[in-house]
Amino acid sequence: MNPSLFRYIWQHTRRDQIWIIFVILISMPFLFMALDLPKLIVNGPIQGRGFPTPDATVRFFELKFTLPAWLGGVKLDLFNGVELGRLSYLVALSLVFLALVCINGLFKFYINTFKGRLGERMLRRLRYELVDRVLRFPLPHFRKVKSAEVATMIKDEVEPMGGFIGDAFVQPVFLSGQALTAMVFILVQSYWLGMIAASIVIVQAFLIPRLRKRLLVLGKQQQLTARDLAGRVGEVVEGIAEVRTNDATNYERADIAHRLGRIFFIRYELFQRKFFVKFLNNFLAQLTPFLFFLIGGYFAIRGTLDIGQLVAVIAAYKDLPGPIKELIDWDQQRQDVQIKYGQVSEQFSPEPMTPSLLQVPTSGQVPRIDKPIEIKGLSVTDDTGSKVLENADFTINPGEWIAAVGEVNAGGEAAAEAIARLAVPSAGRIRIGEELLETMSEAITGRRVAYVGPDTYLRNTSIRDCLLHGLMNHPLRPSALGLPALSDSIAFEASASGNCSLDIEADWLDLERVGAAGATEMTGRILRMLELVEIDDDIFEYGLRSSPGSVATPEFASGILAARNALKERLDASSLGHTVEPFDPVRYQAQATVAENLVFGAALDPDYRSEQLSTNPLVLSILADAGLAEQLFQMGRQIAATVIDLFAGLPPDHPFFDRLSFVRAEELPAYRAVLAGIGERPYAQTVPADRAMMLSLAFGYIEPRHRLNLLAEQTKADIVAARQKLQSELRKRETAAVAFYEPDDFNAASSLEHNILFGRIAHGIADAPATVRQAMRETLLDLGLRDAVLEAGLSFVVGPGGKRLTHSQRQRIGLARALLKQPDLLIVNRGLGALSARSQRSILHALIGVAKVPDKQPDFAVFWVLSTPTLVDAFDRVVVFHDGRIAADGDPAKLLETDSRLKRLVA
Amino acid sequence: MGIQDEVSVLRRIPLFAHIEAQKLKLLAFTSERIVFEAGQTLFLQGDEGDAAYVIIEGQADVLVNGPHGPVSIAQMERNAIVGEVAILCDVPRTATIKASTRLDTLRIRKEHFIELLTEFPELSIEIMKILAQRLGRTSTELSEARSRLRELGA
Repeated sequence: MNPSLFRYIWQHTRRDQIWIIFVILISMPFLFMALDLPKLIVNGPIQGRGFPTPDATVRFFELKFTLPAWLGGVKLDLFNGVELGRLSYLVALSLVFLALVCINGLFKFYINTFKGRLGERMLRRLRYELVDRVLRFPLPHFRKVKSAEVATMIKDEVEPMGGFIGDAFVQPVFLSGQALTAMVFILVQSYWLGMIAASIVIVQAFLIPRLRKRLLVLGKQQQLTARDLAGRVGEVVEGIAEVRTNDATNYERADIAHRLGRIFFIRYELFQRKFFVKFLNNFLAQLTPFLFFLIGGYFAIRGTLDIGQLVAVIAAYKDLPGPIKELIDWDQQRQDVQIKYGQVSEQFSPEPMTPSLLQVPTSGQVPRIDKPIEIKGLSVTDDTGSKVLENADFTINPGEWIAAVGEVNAGGEAAAEAIARLAVPSAGRIRIGEELLETMSEAITGRRVAYVGPDTYLRNTSIRDCLLHGLMNHPLRPSALGLPALSDSIAFEASASGNCSLDIEADWLDLERVGAAGATEMTGRILRMLELVEIDDDIFEYGLRSSPGSVATPEFASGILAARNALKERLDASSLGHTVEPFDPVRYQAQATVAENLVFGAALDPDYRSEQLSTNPLVLSILADAGLAEQLFQMGRQIAATVIDLFAGLPPDHPFFDRLSFVRAEELPAYRAVLAGIGERPYAQTVPADRAMMLSLAFGYIEPRHRLNLLAEQTKADIVAARQKLQSELRKRETAAVAFYEPDDFNAASSLEHNILFGRIAHGIADAPATVRQAMRETLLDLGLRDAVLEAGLSFVVGPGGKRLTHSQRQRIGLARALLKQPDLLIVNRGLGALSARSQRSILHALIGVAKVPDKQPDFAVFWVLSTPTLVDAFDRVVVFHDGRIAADGDPAKLLETDSRLKRLVA
Repeated sequence: MGIQDEVSVLRRIPLFAHIEAQKLKLLAFTSERIVFEAGQTLFLQGDEGDAAYVIIEGQADVLVNGPHGPVSIAQMERNAIVGEVAILCDVPRTATIKASTRLDTLRIRKEHFIELLTEFPELSIEIMKILAQRLGRTSTELSEARSRLRELGA
């Protein structure tokens, strides 16, 4: 990055800056004419100068030039003009005035837009360049930076530069021109008054920037403290578990308060000084007219200056302080922006930066790595300067599976990171065939080498996208959704700001590289991979719990409906039919709450969720019409009375409250108060808030669970009738507020699980939930729907950094992602450390089963830093690391016999 | 059958006979009503204890693992409580309980049961009585068994 902002701006916007100055110069004569014209109008047609008689005429738009004598002094009559009377002349001049107003307005519009666009382009370029640099930072540098700080620098700190860049060159030229004109005009009128004005300007130009120096220092401090604050807040958010488990929240509060205090005092001093400078500026600007009146008046009285001149000087002076002040402002902004730019560019220039050449977008297929990877004299130092790997020599042959074992950080990890280009060797070389690893394009190593570290970072997307991340290297085909009409202007703007022109909306998924014929085949591979890393059962559960929404295909929906029937048959066949009570539109569903029985569907509109129902006007009016409101209200009262009676005197944290699904312990006093307030009054005579409280109690009631004997058969029938009324009412309104349960329809708003079960597991039957779930799993397997459900599970969104998954799930996904890429070299750096030794072994053996076919060299080599050394027997070779050095290297079976260190490790 | 009926069943169980109706209602309310079909197990010997069961209706076998598989050592009937030992002293289940008919039970979770004992000392005394009775019976049976063994040995 260019260390000087001005050079940076000039380098990228030279042509635009020259053009805009040119346009401004062109606009000047029009501006001057617009200022001059009123005088012509007043003096000419209005006051009648040039119209001696009422019918006198003047020539309008006469174009006559006399060339200077040195060009021959020829007279050019271009246009003779039109003869106009006084009134028509007035009209003509006024129209010219209007035209000039329009022209000047358009000039202004053009200039401002142009400057704005210039600034925005530079801002875009700057931000892009900063992110580009982040992508090329030396990797160890990331241990020292806080992500929130980098983000604020890119987002906020460069923001003011955009506004400044458009004005960077234009403003000083323009303003100094204006100021100079006024100054010269005053000097011409009166030498002494001119000198007074000039000296005040000089004082201003000298004093103000000096006073502002401190402002700049404060501005810089403010920027740094604000950035620190962002970094700290980011740290608190990321480390919230540590903060909460160590009772450190108050330490954090104190720290944040301390930082905010510093920012406060910096800002307070900042604006105190700012207003003082403003005061001084205003004072100096007003001092000049004072001197003009005093000294100019003195001269006028003495007769050395005529009054007209004095008035003209004072009038001209009006135009002087404005530009001067703006110039000073511009200069301050310049310094301010320059400091910010300097700081940002310094922050974004850690050495050694990866050359951008290594990250050049590469289309097409890259050559395979089919040569030995030779590691010679490799040493790696960590950021404290201690050697974590020393003078390591070994070779990874194509297709060879190597295990690295040793104590934690004995050297294997550093070797793995160096081969994956995550650590920079302090000495030694890694060669692939003849080529040095460090000079190879990342397009080759990134596509042909896969790395699974101990921490797998997942972007906040679906599991499917996480798994395919390694196949998105270059856009292949324009996407089906692409908007070609827009893309030209978008591409032009991107190149004008120096951004890359790769289309993010395009299809990036490189199926060809892994030899997959299409998306369906790839999905199949993903599913088999999930089984290999033994995460398929988890994904299956996610699939069951997912709601397909509108993306479910008709085939899938009919498959799920088939599963619904098959599950029912299966349960009936094993006389388990009573474990599930199905949803029946004309019957009361005893295992569900009263609210669920009323709505009888999945709420799409939040107003129809169970907890909102007691305030839903439509529901309330239907209940009132059916006479149910009173019944449910009385039921709520009875529940409240029973609960208050039962739980009286128990402390709020008592475990008995677990059973109370509809009331929380801390709400009991409120219910007691409301109950006392209502007394014996019926529904109609109570206030809506009290009614809602009682109704919501009744709404949460499930007879088989709470067993209070509150639901009479008639009430159930009334509720079913109200349900049907609500359905027809909502259908009439044609609002998609609720997706109703229909025995023969797929319900896209409910989860797959609910769609298949289509009912509720009965309360009070031993082992019912487990039995039913098992039956559901078997049904899906029998119908061949397991893959479809797994596929639905792939759309599970993993959360920021994959936080919705467990550490071991993330590691499994990480390995699956690496394998789906079909690398030539797989590096696993304690990549399954969060799994039990048994799972690690079974996954490794599954992998061997797939990748190692007898009499054939495996498709990829493996360098696996084992967290469970007992697995060495599955590898072709083992490298034992100790204290940063290679202690042994050879056949696992032999070394297990001879090497005492390896024996100790596997013991 | 609602809470009121459960309360009257609990009344008839000696363990809860002296506890006032109000508290029994709370116990019933916080417990789960669970039905086992004949042949289903309530819990297995060796499992960790998480609940005790009050038998409201039906019969259950008490099985203990012997050298040749599980041996039935007793029958439990309505108004009996099973599984309270494991939740009282954190030992694994000492026997397997299997429903021999359709079995209607009230499942009292461990933490609720402990809570009840601390809340109502009279209940602790009842439990103590029952355990003491059982211990007495077991001791008698043990000494009888010993004397029979001696006779056989003699």
